[in-house]
Amino acid sequence: MGLADIVIKFVLIVIIFAISLVVAMYSTYAERKVAAFFQDRIGPNRAGPWGLLQPLADGGKMFLKEEIIPTNATPFLFIVGPSLAILTACIGSAVIPWGQKLTIGSHVVDLQVTDINVGVLYIFGVVSLGVYGVMIGGWASNNKYSLLGAIRAASQNISYEISMGLSIIALLMLTGTLSLREIAEQQHGFWANGWFTWNVFRQPLGFLIFIVCAFAETNRSPFDLPECETELVGGYHTEYSSMKLGFYLFAEYINMFISSAVMATLYFGGYNFPFMHHLGLSENLVTILGVVFLFAKIFAFIFFFMWVRWTIPRFRYDQLMDLGWKVLIPLAIANIILTGLITTFLK
Amino acid sequence: MSTFYFIAFLSIFFSILVISAKNPVHSILYLILTFFTFTIHYILLNAQFLAIVNFIVYMGAILVLFLYTLMLINLNKESEPVKPFMVKFAGVFGGGILIVALVASLKSIGISDPVILKNPDLGLVKNLGKVLFNEFLLPFEVSSVLLLSAMVGAVLLATKDPKAA
Repeated sequence: MGLADIVIKFVLIVIIFAISLVVAMYSTYAERKVAAFFQDRIGPNRAGPWGLLQPLADGGKMFLKEEIIPTNATPFLFIVGPSLAILTACIGSAVIPWGQKLTIGSHVVDLQVTDINVGVLYIFGVVSLGVYGVMIGGWASNNKYSLLGAIRAASQNISYEISMGLSIIALLMLTGTLSLREIAEQQHGFWANGWFTWNVFRQPLGFLIFIVCAFAETNRSPFDLPECETELVGGYHTEYSSMKLGFYLFAEYINMFISSAVMATLYFGGYNFPFMHHLGLSENLVTILGVVFLFAKIFAFIFFFMWVRWTIPRFRYDQLMDLGWKVLIPLAIANIILTGLITTFLK
Repeated sequence: MSTFYFIAFLSIFFSILVISAKNPVHSILYLILTFFTFTIHYILLNAQFLAIVNFIVYMGAILVLFLYTLMLINLNKESEPVKPFMVKFAGVFGGGILIVALVASLKSIGISDPVILKNPDLGLVKNLGKVLFNEFLLPFEVSSVLLLSAMVGAVLLATKDPKAA
């Protein structure tokens, strides 16, 4: 690996990092606009044209607010909590293939930070690590409501991780690989051998289970019990103020972005789009179009996240556990058996 | 090699902190760090699959449960169990004897030849799967049934007794 390759990788990492942050920033704006649309309001429109500078104003406010660490809190862990939340949110993007290869002069740039052969499991590990940020922050606050929120987050994440893992197993039985790059390559184009190539048409039930679990893992409504304000004040971030609160909120939007990217890659063909090699375009153009299509899919998923949030009310906690353990896990196991039977008898 | 020594030092350092930390929650957090260094050891050994599974299962699931349980326990100074002097003395004495035995056994062993793996890529998912499902198929399946029976047992214990209800 020469110096040029290292520089290219470094630039790629910086670009992906910047994109995640900008997308997360404008997701907060989009969320308010989408909420306004669903509730027949106008939404933020004061800062800049159409309120476009609103996220910057919010960020500035977060940075300049007074930093408060409660007297009874554990100071070090109180700071570690939000830091861990944002860290785990950001490292998930490392294995996602953002596009095919781009040729610039003599260099071939792979639009993926690293293609490890356990990519799916890496994503899974990062997701399971994400709960520590919430748990440590909630415990270190030394507040009943924070602790209850943290404990809810932990039990919710563990319960839904099981069905998420089981839904991925059924997908892996079809793909036969754990590398996200290879999974994306297998969904090349849109139609091949008399059936759609995208995994959502091969694993519809698996995708349904996966998306429900993704909502639960990102603590998005209707699964936002850890920060349920009607019961727990602010949940795990009750005691937080200024940018530490900002980090928690920001981590949620980055998680939403990353899980949208994962869903697009695993089930919706990633950077592939219909007729990608029948249009007679040059390789680089196809790659760039692929990146555009991937982001279109990601934004569609983010919109879906918001759509659900402003449409469906929150679950009660026992209903949430019932759904996780009594509905999703048996469904996911049935899906695995069904997938096994179909692949054995149809091929 | 220097990476190995650094990570090994960190593992031992954090595991000492696990047993010396006053607050049980802090000691679990150090345990998490200890398991994280184990993950790095696996990566250094080129066992990616084992590394990521250790990461998911131990750091992501088991220790979350530990932390979860500890947060629910009342950890006040008043509720701390007070141990009598004799128990403390017996603990120190037993630990001292164990250390003597360990040092004595260390003294008698010679340094073995380093084991060189025939196939350094053994730890990759593909090779590991082939080994598990060819050479070790029966033990692998039997151990999975063992885990399943443990799970069924736990569910049975958790469900209410129909006669009592």
